[in-house]
Amino acid sequence: MSVIPDPTVARRDPAALSRLLMTALALALLWPGLVITEFDLPALLDSRNLSTVGAFLKGFWPPEVSDDFLGLLWVATLQTLAMATAGLALALLAAVPLSLIATRSLSVSGVAGRQHGWLARSIRYTARLVMIVLRSVPELVWALLFVRAVGLGPTAGVLAIAIAYSGMLGKVYAEIYESVDQRPAQALLQAGSSRLSAFFYGVLPGAAQELTSYTLYRWECAIRASVVMGFVGAGGLGQMIDLSIRMFAGGEVATILGTFLILVLFADQLSSLLRRRLA
Amino acid sequence: MSIRFDGVGAAHPGGDPVLHGIDLRIEAGERVALIGPSGAGKTSLLRVMGSSLPASSGTLRVLGDEPASLSGAQLKRLRSRIGLIHQSPPLPARQRVVTAVSAGRLGQWSTLRALASLCYPLDIAGVRAVLRPLDLDDKLFERCDQLSGGQLQRVGIARVLYQQAELILADEPVSAMDPNLADHTLGLLNRLATERGTTLVASLHAVDLALRHFPRVIGLRSGAVVFDCPASEVTEADLQALYANANIDVPNKPRSSDFHTQADQPHFSVRSTVPRCL
Repeated sequence: MSVIPDPTVARRDPAALSRLLMTALALALLWPGLVITEFDLPALLDSRNLSTVGAFLKGFWPPEVSDDFLGLLWVATLQTLAMATAGLALALLAAVPLSLIATRSLSVSGVAGRQHGWLARSIRYTARLVMIVLRSVPELVWALLFVRAVGLGPTAGVLAIAIAYSGMLGKVYAEIYESVDQRPAQALLQAGSSRLSAFFYGVLPGAAQELTSYTLYRWECAIRASVVMGFVGAGGLGQMIDLSIRMFAGGEVATILGTFLILVLFADQLSSLLRRRLA
Repeated sequence: MSIRFDGVGAAHPGGDPVLHGIDLRIEAGERVALIGPSGAGKTSLLRVMGSSLPASSGTLRVLGDEPASLSGAQLKRLRSRIGLIHQSPPLPARQRVVTAVSAGRLGQWSTLRALASLCYPLDIAGVRAVLRPLDLDDKLFERCDQLSGGQLQRVGIARVLYQQAELILADEPVSAMDPNLADHTLGLLNRLATERGTTLVASLHAVDLALRHFPRVIGLRSGAVVFDCPASEVTEADLQALYANANIDVPNKPRSSDFHTQADQPHFSVRSTVPRCL
């Protein structure tokens, strides 16, 4: 059979123009961003500013290692870890059900071939909206709010993490469910399985590794967040570093920063260990 | 009666019609092969039988129920009585065989029971019993990604057997296998269906396998039944007509946007002819 050239097929890659325009648009949006934030690299490298920073950093050495301080640091570290862990655990209680409601991967209407999808869609959208509201307020603001409600101390931090992180975890969980192979769950739904069973037998095996890795990353973020919330009175390492900075005790700041490093390193190791186990 | 179609038509969600005026009777315990060129509507017909594609016209009954008139819960119960065997078995790679087979009963189990069985397999003996005739009982606790393609397909069959389905619908169940294994697997599937009195409908692209293993063969083309005969009465002429010029595009298409599937443009008027045999 002879091949007849089809005039409707373009000679050039038809996607090239839109890609070029998107790149140009991204660059055009970046520039005003830098202008609005008054991003000024020379100011950072100015000799007077550099010497101020240098003097501040010089105070960091040697790190403070007295027994009294390490004792306080140990208690504060435990408090921070507990705040992050308890906050994340509470967040999971809300995030898991929300993500199951919000995900499209367990949609029965797709299997049924029936067209009453609008109700399911509006329920999914409502769950999405709830998660957007939960995570659109930064955890620091939640913490300020709860410090007023329940007083100074880690409880405010735990509640703030629980609320903000349930929105983040739920959103990403729902997207992870959608990113794994959908056929196993669809096949189970087609054989009359309930949605929850189809999730556990069809989606979870493929998603477990990603879910674990993301949850541990969020735990790491929660540790950092609980430190930041310490600045507004939620206790733990944050409160400690706040005091040390105010007292110009650079050595103490250095020791606390070293503790952060160890904590993040630990979270990272734990994550890769669990990923290997689940692979 | 297992399946009864009266003038059933169906269309893809996009709108392209794929089946026209299908009349079919399949008795309980019958074993039927669907053959026909690509795009003839074999998969669509199986999907209508499995109530995952709604009929756009006509009436149908599957296992005594009319899928179109069922509520969600009733439809779920009907589906739990229908077992599907897919071209490539939809099993999660990291799942163990025992769990993958147990999943066959999810339609009958409560969610609580399903969760408990995920923590510790509740019916190891039952799963082993369906794996044994498939020569897979030694793979009970292996992970699915450690099995070969043929073994995986047999796990898919084991799941349907464990489901205790009354109707098994198989869509190209052996297309990924070498001829020997395909022959062996189809023989096994037919033997197990006969032993259990299960109705079996399978689409196949290998005509010789269809004729060898199935007592009844239905030829589909352009979304309509061309012949519906006992395997012994299918003639060379039937097959010639079924596959003639089937996979060659019709030349001089007016515009490329008019190109849909081969199914909506019958090359000859099959709709007016009465299917041969039955």
